[in-house]
Amino acid sequence: MSTVLLSLRMLYRDWHSGELRVLALALMLAVASVTSVGFFTDRIQRALEQQSNELLGGDIVVKSSNRVSDAVKAVVRSFDVRSARTVEFPSMVIAADKSHLASLKGVSESYPLRGELRITTRMFSTDAPAQGVPTPGTVWLESRLLNQLGINVGDRITLGDAEFVVSAIITNEPARASGSLFSLAPRVMLNIHDLERTGLIQPASRVRYRQLFAGDIDTITRLRKAISKQLQPGERLEGVEDAQPGVRRALDRSQRFLGLAALVSVLLAGVAVATSTRRFVARHLDSCAMMRCMGATQSEILFTFMLQLAWLCLIAGVTGCLLGYLLQYGLVAILATVIDIVLPQPSYIPIIIGLLVGVVTLSGFALPPLMHLKHVPPLRVIRRELGDVPARSVVTYLVGSMALFVLILIQAHDIKLGVYMLGGVIAAMGLFYIMAVAVLRILQRFKHHGGIVWRFGVGNITRRTRGSILQVMAFGLGIMVLLLLTLVRDDLLHEWETNLPEDAPNRFLINIQPDQRVEVEDFFVQQGLPAPSLFPMVRGRLTAIDGRALSLDSYEDDRASRLVAREFNLSWSTELQEDNIISAGQWWPDQSNGKKILSVEKGLAETLGIELGDNLTFSIADDDFTARVTSLREVDWDSFRVNFFVLAPPGVLDSYPATYITSLYLPASNGNVLNELVKSFPNITVIDVAAVMGQVRTIIERVTLAVEYVFVFTLLAGVLVMYAAIHATLDERIQESAILRTLGADRSLLLKGTITEFAGLGLLSGLVAAFAATVSGYILAHFVFHLDYAFDGRLWLIGIILGTVGVCAAGLLGTMQVLRRPPLQSLREML
Amino acid sequence: MSVSSRQPVIEVTDLDKNVASPDGELVILHDINLTILSAEAVAIIGASGSGKSTLLGLMAGLDVPTSGSVMIQGRDLFALNEDGRAEVRRNMIGFVFQSFQLLPNLTALENVMLPVELSGQQHRARDTAREFLDRVGLASRLQHHPRQLSGGEQQRVAIARAFAAQPALLFADEPTGNLDQRTGDRIIDLLFDINHERATTLVLVTHDEALSARCNRSLHLDAGRLLKE
Repeated sequence: MSTVLLSLRMLYRDWHSGELRVLALALMLAVASVTSVGFFTDRIQRALEQQSNELLGGDIVVKSSNRVSDAVKAVVRSFDVRSARTVEFPSMVIAADKSHLASLKGVSESYPLRGELRITTRMFSTDAPAQGVPTPGTVWLESRLLNQLGINVGDRITLGDAEFVVSAIITNEPARASGSLFSLAPRVMLNIHDLERTGLIQPASRVRYRQLFAGDIDTITRLRKAISKQLQPGERLEGVEDAQPGVRRALDRSQRFLGLAALVSVLLAGVAVATSTRRFVARHLDSCAMMRCMGATQSEILFTFMLQLAWLCLIAGVTGCLLGYLLQYGLVAILATVIDIVLPQPSYIPIIIGLLVGVVTLSGFALPPLMHLKHVPPLRVIRRELGDVPARSVVTYLVGSMALFVLILIQAHDIKLGVYMLGGVIAAMGLFYIMAVAVLRILQRFKHHGGIVWRFGVGNITRRTRGSILQVMAFGLGIMVLLLLTLVRDDLLHEWETNLPEDAPNRFLINIQPDQRVEVEDFFVQQGLPAPSLFPMVRGRLTAIDGRALSLDSYEDDRASRLVAREFNLSWSTELQEDNIISAGQWWPDQSNGKKILSVEKGLAETLGIELGDNLTFSIADDDFTARVTSLREVDWDSFRVNFFVLAPPGVLDSYPATYITSLYLPASNGNVLNELVKSFPNITVIDVAAVMGQVRTIIERVTLAVEYVFVFTLLAGVLVMYAAIHATLDERIQESAILRTLGADRSLLLKGTITEFAGLGLLSGLVAAFAATVSGYILAHFVFHLDYAFDGRLWLIGIILGTVGVCAAGLLGTMQVLRRPPLQSLREML
Repeated sequence: MSVSSRQPVIEVTDLDKNVASPDGELVILHDINLTILSAEAVAIIGASGSGKSTLLGLMAGLDVPTSGSVMIQGRDLFALNEDGRAEVRRNMIGFVFQSFQLLPNLTALENVMLPVELSGQQHRARDTAREFLDRVGLASRLQHHPRQLSGGEQQRVAIARAFAAQPALLFADEPTGNLDQRTGDRIIDLLFDINHERATTLVLVTHDEALSARCNRSLHLDAGRLLKE
């Protein structure tokens, strides 16, 4: 019969023994974990690609914090392209008695050039493509803003000095979430010509101007080249591929880290595969010897078995992909609030990658033990001790581990990061190994201090050292990650929040005009609140350091480039603020008015390579301003007080247009005070720190939940490793059980012994996990977040309970057949 | 002690054992009736396949018959459930097997302690086990695991284990089957000596005529039936 058919038949017959089931489940798990992450990130990527045109609202865009320069305008005139303009900035929206922070966007008639703006005139009714843009005097709002203001279509709102009628609800806007993944402030869209009426745009306001262009590919390409030659400082030209840097970065990171989490479970699944295959091989030694006697060659035998496993891999792989596809919806659900995009169906690529992972896992972990079948001597039929599978060696796992490490490097997309990740994984494994060995040694000491039940349970753990170490490592890792991502995360967040003094500022007011200062201070005093300190703010762009002109290409570091491209907030002050510490140079003495010197924040200086004594040149409102750095400051950004990257003494920046900002603490009882303020001064923008922190907290919670979701695979893989180990020792356990029953042990004794064994294993895993989580929490708190970390007893309690109960339940399930096996059956085999 | 003063320890009545096989029902034992008195040493002898190990298993309650009954010291073995039979074995029966059947993860001492602990006498287990291992000549091998002992030594441990809980009955299934001639002889001597010291009832399954000659009686099994004595 052909080899193919033979292998299928053997597969069918062998299925009923346990080890192939564990093998199949392990492969399925490996593929499912990788594909669930793969499908998820693939869908996001496709969403970005499909909507890429929409992301910009055009084919190319010129971005600037000022109106588009004449140089660029001149260039555009000679090209036959469509164009549109948008102007975006945050401001308060006032309706009757409520106000809310919103993101205003004034659009010109032809907006959008690509993608579709969709609106509806009633909540929850079907939307339709918008015909044009809001007519002057009207605005279109996002639905949640209507909820927040308690208004409806047809009601009036105030923006700055002007009133508007709400005429529609926006249901889809191209280029939404431009630059930020998290839609903090809801959208208000108005006609670009209405902006002047509002009076909200002042010289020092922070506004984003965009000029969009669309046309045929050739024209756009030429236009792009032409514009890039004429770009003025502060202007940026972007195409579709540059859009959504924030989203792309987040996607890239999530792909790397979720993918890494999935690979950890693949590693464990590989161990289960190796263990199962060893038993599979051991059980087939006799039949192999017989086949050799009958004339089969070594290669034929090996090939048949390899084919058998290959079929299994295919079936398990396909099932795993299906499972991964279903499970990916879970990730989507968890991160839905964070990722505000409609996701299309995924491509086939994750399937290919998933199957590839399955094949690599099988080849790496199952092939080495399988190779042994090649060497079974035919003489084994007479002398049964020949050809036994050699004792477990490190080599068995080495090949597979190597293969997986290569996968990890590929997953990281980047050699440096890949090496770090790999190093991290190996270090973690090493540490867990040491901890596992340590607790097992301690347990060994206590072996003789109890009755039969204790001795059996503990004896089973300590005798099967390698298996026990592996299981403690696997479960310990899984439980530790869960503890880190829930309890430790909460502890750290809580620590951070409670570190803030109770009266730390919880509101920021920005965009206060200079002529409003006195009135604003008076306003607060009238309300019975302390007058807030108002800080002047001038916007300027760093154009040169020590005469060397800076451009976008001056820095490789992502963060540095961004800092150079945008405008900074500069301010002036006589005194050094309480929470600032001079780290280099000297703060200026009181009589320094008018001196062209600067104090720069330490972190900024490091990122941009600014040193004491450097002359910095800023472009402020078309003027150049140069001053020397005489001190560097450390700022405690966590205090929520107003702080600036760059400070000058008074009398230096006074001539430039400025706005004023402040931060203050508003007691809950005075909640409505700011509504009144905004009504009186509609240009003042109020940022609710508590709301922002709440949103940040939600994002952190959601993202860690997503990672936990993937780490559930790791726990399941740990269970499979345990099942594989149980199967490998099944015959031993059955024999022991038979002997004990012969000697008169009843079933409850056997059950207690089994419970002791698995509960003991689980307890050890829980201890290791709690210990590792505590140490990690301490390290994270002190070295990364600079917080205190208090001992959290819950870690130990939950770690131990989870480990003991979880592992015990899983272990009992796995050995149920030994306990349930009719004693007659086992006992008969003894005689 | 005269024969008539001995009480019946095992009473087997109309014992049948059939098993299902692809070719229909296979008769392993048919119409077995026998009585074994206290302190007797009885050999069950027969060719391979005659059903003697099955008979032993049934008498020890390790298996259930198709029909018939077995009384151990007046208790109907098959009126009890599995746990009940376990209790009987715990308190009354010791075993010696052809393949020793020691627990590989326990030391010699721990193996012998087992039945004593199981019968609820934890406090005496260690001393009793030491005593018996000394009796079988393995006082210096207490902490060794079975894989570190020779076949003969393992069987000696098994004998010590069999006697440690002071059973009334001892079942031995081909105790020298896996041993060479000389070692086997020594084992048998040891078995009979201790048996005589303790006045246990011994039921010995063997195919060796010489061995059966050392017992008080021999019961011959042929194709599942007891031949007339």
